[in-house]
Amino acid sequence: MDFSIIIDNLPLLFKGLGLTLQLLIISLVIGFFLSIPLAIMAASKKPWMSLPVKIYIYIFRGTPLLIQVFIIYYGFSQFEWLRESPLWVIFKQAYWCAIIAFTLNTAAYTAEIFRGAILQTPKGEIEAAQACGMSRFDQYRHIILPSALRRSIPMYGNEVIFMLHATVLAGVITLVDLFGAAKIINSRYYAPFESFISAGLFYLVITFTIVFIFKLAEKHFLKHLEQ
Amino acid sequence: MNEIFGGYLPMILKGMMVTIEVALLSLLLSLFLGIVTASARLYGGTFARTLAATYTTIIRGVPDLVLMTLIFFGGQILVNHLGDKFGWGYIDVDPMIAGIITIGFIFGAYMGETFRGAIMAVNKGQIEAGHAYGMTPLQVFIHITFPAMIRHAIPGFFNNWLVLVKTTALVSVIGLQDMVFNAKVAGDTLRQPFTFYVLVGFLFLLITAVSDLAMRWLERKYNVGR
Repeated sequence: MDFSIIIDNLPLLFKGLGLTLQLLIISLVIGFFLSIPLAIMAASKKPWMSLPVKIYIYIFRGTPLLIQVFIIYYGFSQFEWLRESPLWVIFKQAYWCAIIAFTLNTAAYTAEIFRGAILQTPKGEIEAAQACGMSRFDQYRHIILPSALRRSIPMYGNEVIFMLHATVLAGVITLVDLFGAAKIINSRYYAPFESFISAGLFYLVITFTIVFIFKLAEKHFLKHLEQ
Repeated sequence: MNEIFGGYLPMILKGMMVTIEVALLSLLLSLFLGIVTASARLYGGTFARTLAATYTTIIRGVPDLVLMTLIFFGGQILVNHLGDKFGWGYIDVDPMIAGIITIGFIFGAYMGETFRGAIMAVNKGQIEAGHAYGMTPLQVFIHITFPAMIRHAIPGFFNNWLVLVKTTALVSVIGLQDMVFNAKVAGDTLRQPFTFYVLVGFLFLLITAVSDLAMRWLERKYNVGR
């Protein structure tokens, strides 16, 4: 094995790393803010409110992300009205398609995590909020969400790692993320071990960093639950 | 039906069989690796435990597709080297085998965690009773720990299986003609990529729904006497 290839191509790998982190952070941030109203709707007792969200969650969690990416990037080009609409500027670019697919996917998984946490809110806390005369909105804002989001931190940490690993699909639809960069190095030098092991190490390091950050977050935000 | 999908439905269904085949064979490999990993972590010496923990950490830290391309392209180089050495000539690495090995290897780590948790959940008294009867450790494992742990392992096992089925979609990237690959061919030929990818999405949901029924049946079977 000749790892000097990797040293020569470090700039390419770091550029890929930049795109990977960019895709990850953008889709996680948008997905997070989408998932909160979705989770509240899915936790609702009214079926007309919860059912559409539950179907959305079921479809996005039940099908491979690869299919979702392909439907958005390759599939949408089937519709002539879309190709002729101004929206086409977005849907013809692999970058935006990847972000849309990743965002919708993580929003579904995150909404499911938050929904579970909302439903597990201790009854007493909600009754206390009602006794204080809080409106439904105030209950969510001051009581239910702060507690549910905190309890979701460990599960959400897993989701973030899952999304990091999912971003490799950007490399499948022609983008040069970390995996795309490794693919380029492999095809240029026919060096699968060097290129994919290096990319794997990069991912391993990011994973450890995410795990570390979430450990800190758990320590800080879940102090009240420590035994 | 054939009319709707321009005569490509049989091809998609053939691809679905490949998907199911890859899924079941990788499941088998992952179950084997899972048992070995769980045993190593629970009963093994320092070396076996470290090895199993490293395996689990690597699998959790590296994306599935990176491992798959590494095994597929790297495996080809290894096979070429061996072929030169022993004079076999050129042998193509089959994407199916590379896919099954990768997916089995990945989910072996997750199954290992599931089994480890399930074994630890088995009632200690039952295991002690087995030892008290003079059973060997292996007999205790086969007759007591293993059957009792299955009940605890079912939810985790099922969860792993659902993720595994979705992961099989990646084999299309290394060129195996599963249903995703065939959907691409059919969609490109007929210029209806949306139709075919949505169809394949539904077929994945169908596999999930059938698995769900199977799991309920398994749970009923193993929760007898509870």
